[in-house]
Amino acid sequence: MTKLTDLTITEAVHKLNAKDISAVELTDAHIAACEKADKAALNIFITPTYDLARHQAKESDARRAVGQAGALDGIPLAIKDLFCTKGVRTTAASHILNNFVPTYESTVTQKLFGAGGVMLGKVNLDEFAMGSSGVTSAFGPTISPWSGTDPAQAARKLVPGGSSSGSAAAIAARIAMGATGTDTGGSIRQPASFSGIVGIRPTYGRCSRWGVIAYASSLDQAGSMARTVGDTALMLRTMAGFDPKDATSVDVPVPDYLAALGGSVKGMKIGIPHEYRIDGINPETNALWDKGAAILREAGAEIVPINLPHTKYALPVYYIIAPAEASSNLARYDGVRFGLRVEGENLNDMYAATRFAGFGKEVRRRIMIGTYVLSAGYYDAYYRKAQRVRRLIRHDFLQAFEKCDAILTPPSPGTAFAIGEKQDDPLQMYLEDVFTVTLNLAGLPGICVPVGLAQNGLPMGLQLIGRAFDETTLFKVASALEKGAGFTAKPPFTA
Amino acid sequence: MTIDQKTVAKIASLARLKIPVEEQNAVAGELNKILAWVEQLNEVDVEGIEPLANVNDAFLRARPDVVTEGGSAQDILANAPSQTADFFTVPKVVE
Repeated sequence: MTKLTDLTITEAVHKLNAKDISAVELTDAHIAACEKADKAALNIFITPTYDLARHQAKESDARRAVGQAGALDGIPLAIKDLFCTKGVRTTAASHILNNFVPTYESTVTQKLFGAGGVMLGKVNLDEFAMGSSGVTSAFGPTISPWSGTDPAQAARKLVPGGSSSGSAAAIAARIAMGATGTDTGGSIRQPASFSGIVGIRPTYGRCSRWGVIAYASSLDQAGSMARTVGDTALMLRTMAGFDPKDATSVDVPVPDYLAALGGSVKGMKIGIPHEYRIDGINPETNALWDKGAAILREAGAEIVPINLPHTKYALPVYYIIAPAEASSNLARYDGVRFGLRVEGENLNDMYAATRFAGFGKEVRRRIMIGTYVLSAGYYDAYYRKAQRVRRLIRHDFLQAFEKCDAILTPPSPGTAFAIGEKQDDPLQMYLEDVFTVTLNLAGLPGICVPVGLAQNGLPMGLQLIGRAFDETTLFKVASALEKGAGFTAKPPFTA
Repeated sequence: MTIDQKTVAKIASLARLKIPVEEQNAVAGELNKILAWVEQLNEVDVEGIEPLANVNDAFLRARPDVVTEGGSAQDILANAPSQTADFFTVPKVVE
């Protein structure tokens, strides 16, 4: 029999409905796995909530017994510690929120729990989701369950990718069946690629941002992460939907994503953007990209070359707009209403001492950049300029989608790197986002699907980009890619 | 445009970050590197292009101007570092 922790969400729901297993058994198996991962020091959890999970599982079994089970009833999930959870500490992996216990529930977690989801705990991330490695967490880096096959490098501890580092590591290590993530510049898709799992960032406005601790509000979007395309579709259908509490939430119906799975891609046009073939990229990345295109061609899709001429400007635009919005959003951490307070000589000194002590280096760096580009005399040269180029980037996509139904690209230049690598030079770390930030700027959905292992034994995924609010097409193409790739590799560590 | 230590001190003050003087030069170096890199945006002709602030501006809506929730002072104060009665408290501002 398959281990309970190896089941997909879809399989587990089936077994729960058939009374083959109980939610309590499923949850207990995952808690035991979490404890094993904890012993292995993967540092996935910031705040485990095993007692709550056991309680939720018991309630789930009771609901199912009377025929009232929801879509995710009894499924053990990890929640990125950026989603506010009522009565459960929520830190954003920052010292400034060390002891913050929300008195409200984020809309997305509310919907997941409303559908019967079980929360194993709050998982690690880059501080305030600012990073591509998980390393900037004030609670220490998340360790990937993957380690390469190269014996010279087997001892290195690798990053699971970021910022949704704990979410990706938990799913890959088989300690959670699914997880929430957020994606401002690639924070769902890059860790999904590094960890050999699936992650979707839906269209901006698809999931409510209410109760999700803000980083860059015009780019932030919640999404789902799991081991199969079908599982992410199942989760997203529950998480998505209009929410009057989020002014940028969009009031459009959420289609039945599951109906798209396994559908034919015959005759669909898949765009390959010329501008993503950049110099200095790992040749294996390009080879995998070609393999993905071949899989989709084999499935009946037509591969068409497209152009996204402003691609190279997306990263500098992102690193103006995101820090600008962050500097404004993070102004709320002032030591007055919540979070850390460090006393000072006067009120201003208290603010400045609190914020210097509470924020880590990368967060301070982005606040400084953001404050500078918004400051008098530089606003037009940097911030307005970036916003204008942002419109050109979106226009590129609108034009491209006249020629194709979805776009296939790599999600990141290479495979997972070691903890500590790329830390000295922020620009080198920022380059991790080169293939992912474009769609955040355009507000489009993107999904990352595991496709193969590199020579070094580490997973590599491919990214599909879709039209706004057309996650359905993405799920359809992603499931064809998933089927053709047949990725079954597991990390050396599984709980 | 290069950022010197004085500029760092000024931005830090605007951002309410008490960056120690001995760290300010290092911060200036980092910021200069990042800003030099974003300078490449100057190559792009944006003549006549409107800034894009919200990708979904077509969907922006009004809502009725009514109170949706309230009366939750205790919830709001629950995480306050310092409070008195129903108020947040801060160091003395007015002498």
